[in-house]
Amino acid sequence: MTTVETATGAAKTMVLNMGPQHPSTHGVLRILLELDGETVVKAVPDLGYLHTGIEKSCEDKTYSQAITLTDRMDYLNPLGNNLVYCLAVEKLLGLEIPKRAQYIRVLMVELQRISSHLVWLGTHAIDLGAMSVFLYCFREREEILKIFEMFTGQRMMTSYIRIGGVALDPPAGWRQAVQKFLNMMPSRVDEYETLLTQNPIWTRRTKDIGYISAEDAIALSMTGPTLRAAGVAYDNRRVFPYSSYEEFNFDVPTRTESDCYARYLIRVAEVRESLKIVRQAMEKITDEGPIKAEAPGIIPPQREKMKTEMEALIYHFKIFTEGFSPHPGEAFVAVESPRGELGCFVASDGSPKPLRVHFRSPSFINLQALPKLIKGQLIADVIACIGTIDIVLGEVDR
Amino acid sequence: MTESSSQKANVVVECLRSWNQQAVEEVIEFRGETTVVVPRNLLRAAAERCRADSKLHFNLLTDATCVDRYPVEPRFELNYHLVSIPRRDRVRLQVRLTGQDPVVDSLVPVWPGANWLEREIFDLFGVRFTGHPDLRRILLPEDWEGYPLRKDFPVEGFRDVPSSGDLFKKSSML
Repeated sequence: MTTVETATGAAKTMVLNMGPQHPSTHGVLRILLELDGETVVKAVPDLGYLHTGIEKSCEDKTYSQAITLTDRMDYLNPLGNNLVYCLAVEKLLGLEIPKRAQYIRVLMVELQRISSHLVWLGTHAIDLGAMSVFLYCFREREEILKIFEMFTGQRMMTSYIRIGGVALDPPAGWRQAVQKFLNMMPSRVDEYETLLTQNPIWTRRTKDIGYISAEDAIALSMTGPTLRAAGVAYDNRRVFPYSSYEEFNFDVPTRTESDCYARYLIRVAEVRESLKIVRQAMEKITDEGPIKAEAPGIIPPQREKMKTEMEALIYHFKIFTEGFSPHPGEAFVAVESPRGELGCFVASDGSPKPLRVHFRSPSFINLQALPKLIKGQLIADVIACIGTIDIVLGEVDR
Repeated sequence: MTESSSQKANVVVECLRSWNQQAVEEVIEFRGETTVVVPRNLLRAAAERCRADSKLHFNLLTDATCVDRYPVEPRFELNYHLVSIPRRDRVRLQVRLTGQDPVVDSLVPVWPGANWLEREIFDLFGVRFTGHPDLRRILLPEDWEGYPLRKDFPVEGFRDVPSSGDLFKKSSML
């Protein structure tokens, strides 16, 4: 498919095809590596194996129908994808979301961040030969998925965040479930750190591997933990707050080493910060209150009203047959996904279907820096570098 | 729209206007977002200005994407979303291209991160970027025909119609 132009004057190099079925590529990523012995001279990523045309499909659906498609891009962060899409459509509509719904969103998205970082940590460790961390991480992730199932009825493809609010009220007993998780988790994070942070094999596999300077990272549009590990405190939750993040107390961890080890430390620190945010969100969520905005004609009416009031029935019918038509215009919203800046661009032409939906996926753009990270490194470090930028191929290819 | 966002918008527009009177074709304010429409021939220079001007300092190109307004002409709208990390500001640069001549200067010399973003637009919309170092398809196979995100490309793709055996009309090739 793709051919590599070999570097000039390199008579002794050979081209090695890595992937698309390689287990450490976390999906189907193919990389053509030009090697001089064991050293990488040039790397060319080849993607698109999971391209499903989600953006095109969104254009053929009404605004509400497209939410289910967003779950399926970054399958480790479905709630974050729901959120960014809904925020973009809400911006287009000029909707104001009730505070209670905003806090519920924050709670869910932060739990999602923890679960995504756990998957990252487990798989990254298994790539580098530390088998047991994987089992521990997935054990804790399971607890988060149970909370999601409780809230949404689904473990992964939740579609819980809807245009105008969230789908359902928090279920009975949710506080106890989240509190139980919060009590358990800090000591479990300590456990992972005991296994890895001082581990000589781990540090030798990750320290000084995959360095990128802050200038290069910004020039290559990198965001997320990778950029913060290079010393740039760019976090959308802090810089451009959305969904009431400005009311929460949390730190944005940064490092300056900008190697795989620094990125590991950043993500572990982010899990701890997310726990802080979850705790605050739990306190802010009141037991009673609206979970959806007041916007007849856009938000489906309550079941009870639909059965008893004529107007509500008409709105219900119109929303589910033809949808709603935002004012013509364009909106771009960016949130901080576990992988970096997740953006959504929605353009409306005044019809019930979006003219264009585009996702700025952090995996796709961070992957662009991979050739820079692995140039001059050993082939074994390629695995560490792919893991460290935390890509999800479903999101890369969309 | 808040006071501060309109002031911030003015900074961008003023800086570009003071550099070149023709640099700003139109300014669109919608839901607190600023879109600066620049003429096609000035795109790269205006982008360089946005990045290098110390009053603007848009150091991060976060996203680039295209909108196809077919059958309206000019049908393609390229949107570049810029972020200034030190100034905590966002702006959208927009360029409009016609269907007959969808060619524009590449922004890779300004932000190297534009590389894959432009390849994606080329792949899905068929917009060409002059000066791009590696303009190949990125998501679709290299032998793919047509540009699927164009509005005249059917959602379910081109395929045989069993009743007639004809192919659907193909997207206009460049």
